[in-house]
Amino acid sequence: MAVSVDEAVSAGPGRDHTPSRRRRGGRGRSVLEVALLTVLAVVMLFPVLWMIETSIKENRDVYAIPAKFFDFKVTLDHFKDVFAGSGGGRSALSVSFLNSVVVAGVSTALATVLGVPAAWAYSRFSVKAKKDQLFFILSTRFMPPVVVVIPIFLMYRQLGLIDNKLGLILIYTAFNVPFTIWMMKGFVDEVPAEYEDAAMLDGYTRLQAFWKFTLPLLLPGIAATAVFALIFSWNEFVFAIFLTSSDSVRTAPPAIAGLIGGTTIDWGLVAAASVVFALPVLVFAYLVRKHLVAGVTLGAVRR
Amino acid sequence: MAGIEVTTLHKRYPDGTVAVEHVDLSIGDGELFVMLGPSGCGKTTTLRAIAGLERQTSGDIHIGDTLVNDLPPAERDIAMVFQFYALYPHLRTRDNLAFPLRAEGLPKAEVQERVDEAARLMRLGPLLDRRPHRLSGGEQQRVALARALVRRPRAFLMDEPLTNLDAELRADMRTEIKHLQGELGTTMVYVTHDQVEAMSLGHRIAILNKGRVEQIGTPLEVYDRPASLFCAAFIGSPPMNLIEVEVADGKLRSQGGLVLTPPPGLPRDRRLVAGVRPEALEVTEPGAEGSVPARVVSAEWLGDEIIYVVDHGGQREVRVRMAPTVRFAADAPVGLRHTGGPPPVYDVDTEELVA
Repeated sequence: MAVSVDEAVSAGPGRDHTPSRRRRGGRGRSVLEVALLTVLAVVMLFPVLWMIETSIKENRDVYAIPAKFFDFKVTLDHFKDVFAGSGGGRSALSVSFLNSVVVAGVSTALATVLGVPAAWAYSRFSVKAKKDQLFFILSTRFMPPVVVVIPIFLMYRQLGLIDNKLGLILIYTAFNVPFTIWMMKGFVDEVPAEYEDAAMLDGYTRLQAFWKFTLPLLLPGIAATAVFALIFSWNEFVFAIFLTSSDSVRTAPPAIAGLIGGTTIDWGLVAAASVVFALPVLVFAYLVRKHLVAGVTLGAVRR
Repeated sequence: MAGIEVTTLHKRYPDGTVAVEHVDLSIGDGELFVMLGPSGCGKTTTLRAIAGLERQTSGDIHIGDTLVNDLPPAERDIAMVFQFYALYPHLRTRDNLAFPLRAEGLPKAEVQERVDEAARLMRLGPLLDRRPHRLSGGEQQRVALARALVRRPRAFLMDEPLTNLDAELRADMRTEIKHLQGELGTTMVYVTHDQVEAMSLGHRIAILNKGRVEQIGTPLEVYDRPASLFCAAFIGSPPMNLIEVEVADGKLRSQGGLVLTPPPGLPRDRRLVAGVRPEALEVTEPGAEGSVPARVVSAEWLGDEIIYVVDHGGQREVRVRMAPTVRFAADAPVGLRHTGGPPPVYDVDTEELVA
């Protein structure tokens, strides 16, 4: 599901570009554009549609040759199987979904709580070697995370954090804090420091001024940033599969991947689990689009 | 009300930038004091240090008899107006005005009374129930001024409050601020980079450059006798003509032959520059008495006056302010002569006024 993050990012600007380009070009060009975009949309969306179809097909329809696109019997059994275990009670998958919610939620909250005040400080105060510090913070995102899997694994083994939700929360927070600081710094820069100055003259301390006046103006930015962080933690696969092993700790991405393998694969269950897993991301991607626009048009102040 | 004393103020940021090198100011009770200078000269930092929004690295600040170095902004009993107004966006005008009073914990009736008074002074009646985003720039600035008024502070600090307004509104607000300050008699420190604003508002002006005070004086003093080459080039539009001169036969002579009356007490053996205001020169018919031959390079027709740019063989062209009735074509041969009294003279090397 790594693709969905990119989709979320490009959703906003992409929309703005198309009409302006169409205005510039002639009619022939716009027809070509629509045709190309349609092809692109079909190619991009087909796997998603197929996943949704498979999740509501009965098992024999899943394996039917030729493939059935429309005339199949709709069933919700796979979705039931995602949540309910075979012997009654909760399924291992539902436990992993819950783990995903806990790990992604807590790591996002932590990254926000740590990152937003840091971003505020970097934006407002003159700090020694500020640019170097910010570059250092960003540099942790230069390499692909998978590069550090082995060292992290060894360190975690020493610390007893292997197969432990806290371990995942910590590593996701570590990846999200730099992102939060950089993204939030942009938003804080947009809010004039004069609000805090005025509040301080009116009798508030600097922190109170931040809390009462700057923070409310930052909320759209915080929402957008948190949603990106949440999507990262929610989708993360590599660390989850290396650092966890038991069903009770595992998050959803490795758990769903774990369904594939063995002699028979229950594709219906895989598809249903994927649909359930993808839904929050789609919802959040929608929210990001809305809040990014809100963040840009913050404009309570005339510059 | 109170005067403000700033002694040997120095501000250095942790990243090593020195915003204020050395500033001494003595602002009188009830004075409208303007700090003028280009961006980065330290005027805003000085103001923020007075407000308590920046902690100076060294130096003392007194407001009235109180040493305020370690007092937080709220306890200094001052009000500040910002360039970006800083009205709280979620509050209506009325609540924006009442906010500092409520923060102080004043009783409701008094808050109401003071808000009404400030609203009347700044004519905000119809705007009281609007939020900032529904106010124009000028209206926002009036509300910001009123918010400073309700506090009845010992001093007003103004940080380029008119910079974001368009030219016409700026002139109106300038009059309004000057009038208001005169009526209330409250000490006001006003920071600006606009010399017209400084000249028209200030009882006294401090010109700052590179974190130091170059000159303090009344607008006329600053205009007539700039204390340094920097001030000479900064005040006036067009600025002073800086003409390199030599002393010969008891007169100041420029390279192009222009003769100026020397001020008394000129030092010898130094390279000198005379500061001649554009209105202290005159463009004449060629060959007029006391004139040197020159040529009109260009003319700016401003309606109420004409600015001639004239080349008289010196290193630099000079600017001359003439009445709109005196007309010469571009490139015409003309005469140039000095009409005023002795100009201020500067040392080229120290850039300071010598006579």
